[in-house]
Amino acid sequence: MTYAISVSGLVKTFGPTRALDGLDLTVRTGEVHGFLGPNGAGKSTTIRVLLGLLRADEGTARLLGGDPWRDTAALHRRLAYVPGDVSLWPNLTGGEVIDLLGRLRGGLNEKRRADLLERFELDPRKKGRTYSKGNRQKVALVAALSSDVELLILDEPTSGLDPLMEAVFQDCINEERERGRTVLLSSHILAEVEALCDRVSIIRTGKIVETGTLSELRHLTRTSIAAELASSPNGLSAMPGVHDLVAEGNRVRFEVDSDQLDDVLKQLVASGVRTLTSQPPTLEELFLRHYEDAK
Amino acid sequence: MIGTWNLVRLALRRDRIILPIWVLALVGITASTTTALEELYSSPESRKLLGITANSNAAFLSMLGPLHDSSTLGGLLAWRWGVFAALFAGIMSLLLVTRHTRAEEETGRLELISATVVGRHASLAAAIIVAAGANVLIGLLIAGLLLGKGLPAQGVLAFASSIVVTGLVFTGASALTAQLSENSRTANSMAGALLGAAYVVRGAGDSAGDNGPEWLTWVSPLGWAEQVRAFAGDRYWVFAIPLAVFVLTIAAAAVIVTKRDVGLALLPTRLGPARGASSLRSPFALAWRLQRGTLIGWTIGLFIVGVVYGSVAGAVGDMVRDNPALAKIVNEIGGEGGVTDAFIATVTQIMGLIGSVYLVQSTLRMRSEETSLRAEPVLATRVTRVGWVASHAVFPLVGGAVVLAAGGLGFGLLHGARENDLGGVVPKLIGASLAQLPAAWVVAGVALALFGLFPQLTGVSWAVLATSLLVTLLGPALQLDQWVLDIVPYTHIPKLPGASWTFEPFLWLTGVAVLLLAAGFIGFRRRDLTT
Ligand SMILES: Nc1ncnc2c1ncn2[C@@H]1O[C@H](COP(=O)(O)OP(=O)(O)OP(=O)(O)O)[C@@H](O)[C@H]1O
Ligand SMILES: [Mg+2]
Repeated sequence: MTYAISVSGLVKTFGPTRALDGLDLTVRTGEVHGFLGPNGAGKSTTIRVLLGLLRADEGTARLLGGDPWRDTAALHRRLAYVPGDVSLWPNLTGGEVIDLLGRLRGGLNEKRRADLLERFELDPRKKGRTYSKGNRQKVALVAALSSDVELLILDEPTSGLDPLMEAVFQDCINEERERGRTVLLSSHILAEVEALCDRVSIIRTGKIVETGTLSELRHLTRTSIAAELASSPNGLSAMPGVHDLVAEGNRVRFEVDSDQLDDVLKQLVASGVRTLTSQPPTLEELFLRHYEDAK
Repeated sequence: MIGTWNLVRLALRRDRIILPIWVLALVGITASTTTALEELYSSPESRKLLGITANSNAAFLSMLGPLHDSSTLGGLLAWRWGVFAALFAGIMSLLLVTRHTRAEEETGRLELISATVVGRHASLAAAIIVAAGANVLIGLLIAGLLLGKGLPAQGVLAFASSIVVTGLVFTGASALTAQLSENSRTANSMAGALLGAAYVVRGAGDSAGDNGPEWLTWVSPLGWAEQVRAFAGDRYWVFAIPLAVFVLTIAAAAVIVTKRDVGLALLPTRLGPARGASSLRSPFALAWRLQRGTLIGWTIGLFIVGVVYGSVAGAVGDMVRDNPALAKIVNEIGGEGGVTDAFIATVTQIMGLIGSVYLVQSTLRMRSEETSLRAEPVLATRVTRVGWVASHAVFPLVGGAVVLAAGGLGFGLLHGARENDLGGVVPKLIGASLAQLPAAWVVAGVALALFGLFPQLTGVSWAVLATSLLVTLLGPALQLDQWVLDIVPYTHIPKLPGASWTFEPFLWLTGVAVLLLAAGFIGFRRRDLTT
């Protein structure tokens, strides 16, 4: 297994703020990797370190086999970046920006450029200052996606796109995966991540708190259970994986980690189950849990 | 107008550091200039001699304007500091108005505010109120200071008001330019060009002599401030002109605001090319696209400055030739090569100082590329940090030479035509103008070093330039200590073409500039990108 990105123990401070606090992240070659976390968690900071725009205080980072701070120019030929906040030059047209960035990266694929402009319904003749936020993002996306590179680093690339364009974007990323490219995609949109990503890392206050494939993560989610038992429940509160237990006589409500579900159900059965409702786990719940805990 | 007061409060809060600095600097320089003049010219004889030299030396005339009454302290102050105080009030006002109108709109902050309950004119009104208030405050403080020194109330009122109304004229002018362009940099440049033209045009009028175009002074807002003749007649009626201009310009700006959309300008933007030209493929090509407009504008601007000064340089000689007694005095103070050479030396120095504004401006362009997040995507390609800085640094280093040479060319063409010696005069004056370059490089070097090492402090470059400007222009006459003069690079440039040519200052000034530039390059290579 080769890694396009491997980061360990990354620390980056801005004055008193510890933006990255021992971050570990690995992205396998050829995968689409989702990078999630609440506002201010450190996603953009991580990406900027990977691009050599910021210098980490501690830790090591490897990108396409090189050091992102020292081998900057050589590595940048092999990747394309879409920033979270796309800001264009007021006097350059979108088409000029696409060509400029493509050429500065080392050339762009003419056919793909034309194709992408059409699919994203982007008018390349407008001046930078007259584009809306979503259209500025499209300019950066077309520039990145029409370059022949191994790695795409996208920082919340769809935050300004409408649902139609979001669908176009998802198609494009799936095509990139088929071409064997690696994608690091930071996002807040769960549906997008579920639709696109092979693996996901969740970052919170500068640390990775979860990482794995979507099904592994689903495994980490909790099932909600409400049950009426024959006798009063015993030992339930002491069991690992049981959360937010509310017991009223013979009725119980609680949440249980998916990997403990089997043991907990056996315990319930031992007390005799009269009625049982369960709500299946969703990734959303997992994300919200991490997002809320950050507050 | 709803919400204006909230916006005034917001503006005052955002300017809580920069505005007091402007106010204190203007009042402080007034105080120190008054004290210095009082001590330097304490005897009636010394004042009389100053009166003769000031009014017969075209260099002085074009720089400071005529000295109407050398017998009183007020008269001396109005001559020495009046035009400059008005000029600085103008700079403060135009930067302030653009900052709170067009720049707000450009960054989209205004859109955010417009979504709350504020009237269409609120942001323009707030900017004008803050600028006018700052000017009036400066006027009041200066008036209080001078009354405290025992100067006559009539003259104090005229002097302080001439500064205030000049500030108001440029408040109005920048309120208008802010409507014309979608870009705050362009808005600032347009208003700044007006201010520069105002200074040069009145200088030409003042030094034109009796047979020349003296009326030019009346075309310039800074000329109006002079024509008030504070402490020497106090012609209050002159205030009618700037006040009328102020009212007309803000009325025009207010009308435009109702006619246009938020974020857009009066002139709509057209569609551009769908493809980048095949030359648009390097960091330098990008820098050229971003910086060429400013470079061309400055080149033309300084050429015109040179033409204006060149058109009066001959008159300086005539004035002296007609009056042998005057020629004797003038030659004593006029440096080694006679009065025309002294005039040329002063003008090339002024052009060097004006040109330095371009060098600093084009250097700081890098910082605005960085803070606007536009540098990031470029530096995420194979463009290296050093390559990126080098592409932009070409503009202060080489572009600066082009700008200065244009000034020398304009000066040389006019002056050479008059002397019937184009072939001799033009190269000489281009050379004299380019001689200022190493000093200007040092100031640009300071800007680049700050950019590389202390990016948050790049604005200090302007303070460095302003200090250099004040010390160079006013320092010798105020008899500042030599070490103060020596800190400023322009002091070390020989006063060409009169003075004897020495290589040394050029060599070591260039050396200092190279060190500062290297610090900037190395600093930027090693630091984080920040906003
Ligand atoms: N240049 C900087 N100076 C000071 N603090 C910074 C700087 N850049 C980032 N930070 C801080 O570092 C933390 C991480 O910021 P970062 O932009 O990486 O978050 P993010 O995960 O990208 O958030 P978002 O989802 O809002 O884009 C935040 O607390 C932010 O305030
Ligand atoms: Mg971010």
